[in-house]
Amino acid sequence: MKGANTLANILNVVNFLILFPFIMAIIIGLLKKASPLRSAVIIIGGFTIMAAAIYVAVNVLLSGNKADFVYLENTELHNHIVVALEVFLMVLVCFLSIKYKKFYAIIFSLVGTIPVLWMDLTGRAVEGLNHIRIDTFAAVMYLIVGVVGILICIYASGYMKDYHHHHTDVQDRSNYFLALMFVFLGAMFGLISSDNLGFIYFFWEITSVCSFLMIGYTRTQEAVDNSFRALWMNLLGGCGFAAGLIYCNLFLGIANLSQLTGSAATSKFVIVPVTLFAFAALTKSAQFPFSRWLLGAMVAPTPSSALLHSATMVKIGVYMLIRVSPLMYNTLTGIMITVIGGFTFFAASLLAITVSDGKKVLAYSTISNLGLITACAGTGTTEGVWAAVMLVLFHAVSKSLLFQTVGDIENCMHSRDIEDMHGLIIKLPRLAFIMMIGICGMFMAPFGMLVSKWAALKAFVDSGSVWLVIFLVFGSGSTLFYWAKWLGKICTVIHQSFELEDITPRSEMVSIFPLTSMIVIMCFAFPWMSTHMIQPILDEAFHTNIPDVIGGSDVIIMMIMVAMIFMIPIGSRILAIGKNSKMTMSYVAGVNAGDDRHYIDSFGKERALYMSNWYMDEIFGEKKLLLPCIIVSAVLVAVMLIIVVGGAF
Amino acid sequence: MTVSIIIKALLYVLLAPFVGGLLSGIDRVFSARMQGRQGPPVFQPFYDVYKLLNKQTTVVNGIQVLFVTAYLIFTVFTGALFFAGGDMLLVFFALSMSEVMMVLAAFSTNGPYSIMGAQRELLQMMCYEPMTLLVAIGFYYANGSFMVNDLIHASVPAIVQIPGFFIGFVFILIIKLRKSPFDLSTSHHMHQEMVKGLTTDLSGGNLARVEIAEWYDTVLMMGIVGMFFITNNPISILWAVIACSVVFFLETLIDNLFPRVKYITMLKVTWAVILVFAGTNLLILNVLK
Repeated sequence: MKGANTLANILNVVNFLILFPFIMAIIIGLLKKASPLRSAVIIIGGFTIMAAAIYVAVNVLLSGNKADFVYLENTELHNHIVVALEVFLMVLVCFLSIKYKKFYAIIFSLVGTIPVLWMDLTGRAVEGLNHIRIDTFAAVMYLIVGVVGILICIYASGYMKDYHHHHTDVQDRSNYFLALMFVFLGAMFGLISSDNLGFIYFFWEITSVCSFLMIGYTRTQEAVDNSFRALWMNLLGGCGFAAGLIYCNLFLGIANLSQLTGSAATSKFVIVPVTLFAFAALTKSAQFPFSRWLLGAMVAPTPSSALLHSATMVKIGVYMLIRVSPLMYNTLTGIMITVIGGFTFFAASLLAITVSDGKKVLAYSTISNLGLITACAGTGTTEGVWAAVMLVLFHAVSKSLLFQTVGDIENCMHSRDIEDMHGLIIKLPRLAFIMMIGICGMFMAPFGMLVSKWAALKAFVDSGSVWLVIFLVFGSGSTLFYWAKWLGKICTVIHQSFELEDITPRSEMVSIFPLTSMIVIMCFAFPWMSTHMIQPILDEAFHTNIPDVIGGSDVIIMMIMVAMIFMIPIGSRILAIGKNSKMTMSYVAGVNAGDDRHYIDSFGKERALYMSNWYMDEIFGEKKLLLPCIIVSAVLVAVMLIIVVGGAF
Repeated sequence: MTVSIIIKALLYVLLAPFVGGLLSGIDRVFSARMQGRQGPPVFQPFYDVYKLLNKQTTVVNGIQVLFVTAYLIFTVFTGALFFAGGDMLLVFFALSMSEVMMVLAAFSTNGPYSIMGAQRELLQMMCYEPMTLLVAIGFYYANGSFMVNDLIHASVPAIVQIPGFFIGFVFILIIKLRKSPFDLSTSHHMHQEMVKGLTTDLSGGNLARVEIAEWYDTVLMMGIVGMFFITNNPISILWAVIACSVVFFLETLIDNLFPRVKYITMLKVTWAVILVFAGTNLLILNVLK
C-alpha cells in the first residue's frame, strides 16, 4: 500500500526531472573551459538525474494503480511560461534565419506557432484535466532517456575535449554544446510526462530547435545548411502537430492525449488529429521522405548524433506513433503509416549497403529500424505495439553504443570510414570488441534487435499485411549484408600490424561499459521485460494482454545460444584448439611479402594489395535510389493527408 | 516429451554426417556420369575428410580456428533444433548466424581470395535470406504454427497450399548447396578465378570441419524440402524421401547445365523468382484466408 506521501514524493521527483536538466544546462553554460570541475558537475548531476529517473520508473512500474500518477490541474502560471517560451523559440528561429539568410525557416516557424498562440491567448484552448501523467509507457521512456541519454552526456564531457584537440579550426563552445544536451534531456522528460497536447507541442518544438542548434555547432557552411534542413523539416512536422492540436481543441474539445486515445468510439473525426500527429511523427523519426535531415545531422560532433539517434529526437516520433497506435487500427492512416514505415525499412537498408562512412551507415540503419518501428505501430495491433516498444528499447541501447564507439575510433585513428577500420581487432582490440558486441546486438540471432524483428514479423503475418512481410524479409537480407561486412572488416587480422594507442578517456568508458553490458543483459532479460514493462503498456493502450509473443521453449533455446556464443571463445582457450597448428601467410597467388598488404609478382616486384568491401554503389547508390525513394514516399504522405484530413471537411 | 526431443536431436547429430557425406558422394557420382566420367566411389567424401583430419593444419591466425569451430557448432545446433521440432523462424535465424561465423572466418584471414569469397558469400546470403524466412511464414500460413513439431501433424501436405514457396526454396537451394550457376563464393572445382574463395586459407582439420558442417547443412536443407510433403500419415515419409531425391538430382543436373553467372544477375534473378513465386503465393493465401 503506497501512502499519499510516497506519491507526492514521486511527483516531486518528476518535477525535478523536468526542471533540473535546464538548471544543469545553465550551470554548464557558465563553465566555459573544459575542466575537471565541469566533468564533475556533469557526472554528479547526470547520475542524479539518472537515479531520479530510475526511481520514478521503478515506482511506477511496481505500483498497482497507474492512474495515481497524474497531477497539475491548475496551470495558469505554467501556461503563461509556456506561451512566453514559445514566443522566445519563434523569435530565436527568426533571428537565426535572418542571420544566415534562410528565410524559408521563418515561414514554418510562424505558421506553426502563431495559430497556437492565438488559440492560447484568446482563451479558446480547452482547459484540460491533469497536465502531467506518468504511466507505464512514460516510465519505460524515462528509463531510456534517463539511462542512455545521461550516459551519452557523460560520454560527451570527455569527448568534446578530445574533439577540440583534433579540430582546432572549430571554435570551442563545448559548454554551449553540453548545455544544449541537457536542455534536450529536460525537454524529453517534459514531453513524455505531459498529457496535455499543448505541453507536448511546446516540448516538441524545443527538441526541434535544440537539434537544429546542435547540428549547426561547427558553423561551417555544411553544418549551417544541414542544420537548416533539419530545422525546416522538423518545423514542418511541428506545423502538422500544431494543426492537430488546434483541431483537437477547437473541434473535438479535447486537450489531453489520453482523452484522444480513449475516445476512439466517440467520434469519427478523431482520425484527423491522429493523422496529423502521425505526419509530425514521420518528420521527427526521419522516415522517408524526411530522412535527409538525419543524414545531415552527422556533421555535428558524435555525442549529438548518439543523442539524436538513440535516446531522444527520433524516438519522440515513434513515441507519438505508439501512443496513437490503437486509433490507427484498420484505418487508411494506419495502412499508409505501415507502408511508409515498411518501405523506409527496406530502402534505407539498401542505401546503407552503399556508404562507407561509419556514421552514415549508422544513420541509415537508424532510419531503417525506425521504419520498422513505425510500421509496427501503424498496424495498431497488440503484437505490433509489443514489437515496437521492444525495438525502441533495444535500438536505443545498441545505437548509442555504436555511435560512441565510432566516435572513439575516430578520435584514435582520425577516421571513421569503415574501410579504415580494416584490422581494427589488432589496432584497437578493446574498442573493436565493444563494437562487435554492438553490431551483433543490431542483427545477430540471439540478440535483442532480432528478437524484436522476429516479433514484428509475427505481428505482420498475423495482421495479414503481405506487403510488410515482403518488405521485412527482403530488408532483413540487406540488413544482414551491411552489418556482416562491417563486422568482417573489423575481424580481419593483419600480420605485422600494431596496436594503436587507445586514447579513450575513462569518462567515456564510464558510459561505454554499462551500455555494452546492457546489450548482453537484455538478451537474458527480455522475457522479464516483456511481462513487467511491455504487457502493462498493452494493458493501458488496449485494455488487454497478449500471450507471450516469444515464449516457452524458444526463450530457453535463445538462452542456450547466448551461452554458446560466450562459451566458444572460452572453451577454445581451455581446449587449446588451433594452438599446435602451423602458422602461415594468407594465399595471394604470388609471394606474400609478409605483411598481408604487399605481394611479390612474377617480375619480382613488390606490389600493394588492398581488399575493399563491396558497396554496389552503381546498383543501389544514393544517386540512384535516394530521389525515387523520396518521391514515392512523398506521394504516399500526400495521399494520406489529402484523403484523411481533406476527407473530414 | 523432453526425452523424445533429446533423442531426435541426438539422432540428427549422430546420423546426419553419414547421410550428408553419402549425399555428397552420390552427387559426385551423378555429376561424373552426366559428364561421361567414371567418377569417384560413393564413399570418397569420407576418405577425403578422414585424410584432411590427419593432415597438419596450417592456419593464418588464431581467430580463424575459433570462427570455423563456431560455424560447425552452430550448424549442428541449427539442424538439431529443426529435427527436434523447434521453431522454424528460430532455425533460420540460427542458420544465418552460423553462416556469418563462416564468413568471419574467411574475413579474418585477410587473404584476397578468402575476402572475395566472403563478400560473395554475404551477397549470396542476402539473396536467399528473404526466401528462407518466407518458407517459415509459408508453413505458418498453411498450418498455423511455426513449430516443426506441429507442422508434421498436418492433415494435408503443405505443398498443396504453398507450391510457390516450394519453387522459390528449390531455387535458392542452388545457392545454398553451392551449385553452379550460383556457386559464387566457393565451389567444388579448383583452378578458377577465385581459387577456392571462402575456403582458400583453410586447411587440414579446419577444412574438414567446414566439410562436415556442410554435410549437416545439406541434411537440414533436405529436411526442409521433406517438410513440404510430411503429413500425419506415415506413408507421407515415403513421398518426402522421393521429393528429396528428385530435388537433389535436379540440383546436380542444374549444376552441370549452367555456367556461373555474375553476382548482379544472381541477385536480380533470385529476388525476382522469390517475389514472383513466393510473393504471389503469399498474396493468394492472404486473400483466401
